[in-house]
Amino acid sequence: MRDFDYAAPTTVAEAVQLLQSHKGAARPMAGGTDLIDQVRVGRLTPDLVVDIKKIPELTVLEWSANGLRIGAAVPCYRLYHDPKVTAAYTALTDSAAIIGGIQIQSRASIGGNLCNSGPAADSTPSLIALGAIVVIAGPQGTREVSVDTFCTGPGKNILEPGEFVVELKLPARAAKSGSAYQRFIPRNEMDIAVVGVGVSVTLDAAGQNFVAAKIALGAVAAKPLVAEAAAKALIGQPVSEATIQKAGEAARAIATPIDDMRGTIEFRKHVTGILTARVIQQAVERARGGK
Amino acid sequence: MAKKRIVSTTINGTQRDFLCEPRQTLLEVLRDTLDMTGTKEGCSNGNCGACTVQLNGRPVVSCLVLAVEVDGATVETIEGVACNGTLHPLQDAFLNNAALQCGICTPGFIMQSKSLLAENPNPSEHDIRFYLAGNLCRCTGYDKIVRAVQDAAGKMSSCCEAKV
Ligand SMILES: Cc1cc2nc3c(=O)[nH]c(=O)nc-3n(C[C@H](O)[C@H](O)[C@H](O)COP(=O)(O)OP(=O)(O)OC[C@H]3O[C@@H](n4cnc5c(N)ncnc54)[C@H](O)[C@@H]3O)c2cc1C
Ligand code: FES
Ligand code: FES
Repeated sequence: MRDFDYAAPTTVAEAVQLLQSHKGAARPMAGGTDLIDQVRVGRLTPDLVVDIKKIPELTVLEWSANGLRIGAAVPCYRLYHDPKVTAAYTALTDSAAIIGGIQIQSRASIGGNLCNSGPAADSTPSLIALGAIVVIAGPQGTREVSVDTFCTGPGKNILEPGEFVVELKLPARAAKSGSAYQRFIPRNEMDIAVVGVGVSVTLDAAGQNFVAAKIALGAVAAKPLVAEAAAKALIGQPVSEATIQKAGEAARAIATPIDDMRGTIEFRKHVTGILTARVIQQAVERARGGK
Repeated sequence: MAKKRIVSTTINGTQRDFLCEPRQTLLEVLRDTLDMTGTKEGCSNGNCGACTVQLNGRPVVSCLVLAVEVDGATVETIEGVACNGTLHPLQDAFLNNAALQCGICTPGFIMQSKSLLAENPNPSEHDIRFYLAGNLCRCTGYDKIVRAVQDAAGKMSSCCEAKV
């Protein structure tokens, strides 16, 4: 592997300083499950790898009145091993449980999945559906952005030199809400999404009408997409096959996938419609108290 | 070249200090520096599971861990699985069920299965296949491996049980 230096700071300030002083040549590392291979094959060429796992803020998993704080380096298994997290943010734990195999999940973080900014990243649609806020530290201090606008293209995001993600904040789960993530892959596990869909819905007290909804799509564009029209097709409507179908159609309409060995454009669009409807259905069941 | 680092770690219960470059993976150091060649290299990119070890009690692929990261950590490898010269029930079960041919995937499967049985002593076939999805075998096929793990799960009463 290419030569690089390594530092494991224990404070956010120290990490910012290290990242900044090396300009673009320093790279944060959480679980390393993307980074190490990317350095090995020469896609990334850092002079310094900054291991951010030793910074206490980066490994918090903490509840507050406003919801949940997830340190950017918290590995996937910690999320789905936590029954409270699974109950409140099921879409995210659906994602965490399918990123790679168990060995990958021991190390792979949600922050790393987001910052790697792959169009098919499995946790990003869930973060969008759940309304996550990304907390970013940098030379100018700390800023917060909606996860909706974080990714800008394949492998690209809004982070400026010297900046890194400290944590993700999820808003408290609303009553009568439910969420889900599913991806379509040819295998049962260990594969890259052909299409991924994250959905969160809130129903009225009777569980019969959609009050709120957020839908995000992965692997069907250069970056994860917020499917606004699909969510709009649900809000204010009764929970019915017809409503859900319409939302699926609206999601299909915004998909601009590529042709590759995993699927043709036509196939991916088709799957987007079907999968969106299925994931909405699952989120509804969960909002009504199902698993 | 980046300065070499001294890393202090506990491997299979024994304190081990080694010198490594930041760019070296745990897999490289285990095999090339520490001569612990039981841990195998298959793909070097996290997909095959041949290099599985336990890091602070969690199964990880050692090809995607930097050796410098394990300073102060505990590492368990295939070399620590047998107990005072007696094979671990998993090792016995792999032999008795003919769950290996060339054997390059076997250390990884055993380490991963060991983590599975520690988490879930009575896994279903589905549980086993799911937990082992990150381990590839190109010659034996998975049925015999699954059977070996089921067999071992039923026999975890030897002296090694406490070590699981
Ligand atoms: C075998 C295998 C299977 C995989 N399967 C899947 C899968 O099914 N679905 C999926 O989505 N992904 C998959 N991945 C990719 C990878 O595991 C995930 O993207 C993972 O979540 C990355 O997290 P990490 O902590 O390991 O990130 P790292 O590798 O540490 O970092 C990833 C990138 O993000 C940057 N980064 C990390 N943390 C921060 C931060 N806090 N702030 C700023 N930048 C940061 C790094 O510099 C690097 O560029 C797989 C990988 C492997 C090897
Ligand atoms: S060699 Fe590490 S997973 Fe294949
Ligand atoms: S026994 Fe040869 S790869 Fe599994």
